[in-house]
Amino acid sequence: MIKNIYNLGDAALYCDFGNSVNKETNLKVINYFNDIRKKNITGIKNIAPSYNKLIIYFDLELTNYKKVKDTIENLDISTLQAAKTKIVKIPVCFDDEFALDLERVEKKVGLGKKEIVNQLISQKYFCYMTGFIAGMPFLGDIKEKIRLDRLETPRVKVPKGSVGITEQFCNLYTFESPGGWNIIGNSPKKVFTKDPTKLTLIDPGDEVEFFEISKKEYSKFNEQK
Amino acid sequence: MSKNSFKVLRPGINTTFQDLGRDNLYHVGLPFSGAIDKRNFLISNSLITNKEDDAVLEFAYQGPLLEFSGSQTSIVITGNVNFKIIKKDNSEIKGECYRTYNLNNKDCLDIISTEKSVYGYLSVKGGFQINKFCNSYSTTVRAEVGPNDGKKIEIGQTIILNASESSIEKSLEYLNSKIEFIRVIKGTNFDYFSEDSIKDFTSKDFIVSKLTDRMGMRLSGPKIKNLKKTNIKSEGLGKGVIQVPADGDPIVMLSDHGTIGGYPKIAVVISADYDKLAQCPPGDKIKFKIVNLTEAENLYKIYTMETKNIINKIK
Repeated sequence: MIKNIYNLGDAALYCDFGNSVNKETNLKVINYFNDIRKKNITGIKNIAPSYNKLIIYFDLELTNYKKVKDTIENLDISTLQAAKTKIVKIPVCFDDEFALDLERVEKKVGLGKKEIVNQLISQKYFCYMTGFIAGMPFLGDIKEKIRLDRLETPRVKVPKGSVGITEQFCNLYTFESPGGWNIIGNSPKKVFTKDPTKLTLIDPGDEVEFFEISKKEYSKFNEQK
Repeated sequence: MSKNSFKVLRPGINTTFQDLGRDNLYHVGLPFSGAIDKRNFLISNSLITNKEDDAVLEFAYQGPLLEFSGSQTSIVITGNVNFKIIKKDNSEIKGECYRTYNLNNKDCLDIISTEKSVYGYLSVKGGFQINKFCNSYSTTVRAEVGPNDGKKIEIGQTIILNASESSIEKSLEYLNSKIEFIRVIKGTNFDYFSEDSIKDFTSKDFIVSKLTDRMGMRLSGPKIKNLKKTNIKSEGLGKGVIQVPADGDPIVMLSDHGTIGGYPKIAVVISADYDKLAQCPPGDKIKFKIVNLTEAENLYKIYTMETKNIINKIK
């Protein structure tokens, strides 16, 4: 049962699962997302899951807000299944050449580079959602010791492969893009594969682990090129 | 006989293959993409007697200069477009939108510019020899997916056309109309904004800024004041969603938009008015008017009926 459903414009439905960003709420979103997809409901064209929301787009020529709402509202997903997850290991090079905001992070969190890297690679992360740019994973939660705000002025171009942190999250820029996260490394791994049978390496609900590689290893690894 | 093809002598500013868009991939970060002006896309394929969802070349502002090689083909251009056909003997034919032309070997099609609008469409009888990616011919340049390796059309490249024997002679009398207002539905964060700003939003002019492309349209005008918070938890976005970042200048999401965003949503452009908004070039003035959901749904019914009526007038 989804309580808070609103319209977003005339061709989308906005489901709110609560204010806080946590794994439990997000798993609910992912469960509903998987379930609604499987049901092939008439007219539904696209579903965008995020931390605590689900936005469902429909074809106004085939259906409308009221019809989709009536169908969605009464879906009941009582047993929360942990989504079928996998662990994805991502190589990251933290060389100064890639760590564009290292100085800023060091200053803000009061730790040296080695400690910041150790904090980041010492645990697994949960993938809350993917998007903004194709395949970009929003991962969390990072250790409190290395949390900080996003850049005051976002970069016009964040290099492809950049690994960034902000607030309780970390992510990976799968393409060059504008962005405001604090960049501390770069991964040569191609996360958005363009293989239609498996477009992304990391899906919502997956666990992600970073491991450190040297610059030499990075340059040998040329998937990103 | 070699295949019919176009040699790209000038690519134009933003020329891409598009169709009705790619569904069901928001969750990996791929927007719908697709032809921005759906009505002109549909008219274009109808005039040339292609299938409704065949690929077209969409261009913005300045279009491409294409040299045709092959036996013969039929083309049509829709939108508000200034173009000409330069025959092999260098004689020129001034082009008219909404009527088909036949091209012969070594004729050039010079799509000079879109007039008082942004996007125009080129359909070729039989379509282009390109492949679908995830069920769609649409190009999403930012994610490098779609035909042409997900790239814009580039200078010097060759575009292969599907074989087409028939020469088409069709035309339509049609004028793209402007509307007085862009109608919107209140967004999910409508109550974040000050009363004065809401008044400004629905009564004053906004100007389309130069920071506008297939991803989004930035507007300038009265600053929209946010009383609650200027960032929300990042969540899904959609075509026509109007976000207001901290600087108070609204951004309208267009077909290639980022799929997740964290700025409050003041309003959403109704489906019936999306084409018309997206066709407004930088410098154009826009006025917004709020309508309710039922009105928006009815306006969309009228919009689709009008499109059908226009297509039925094709001779």
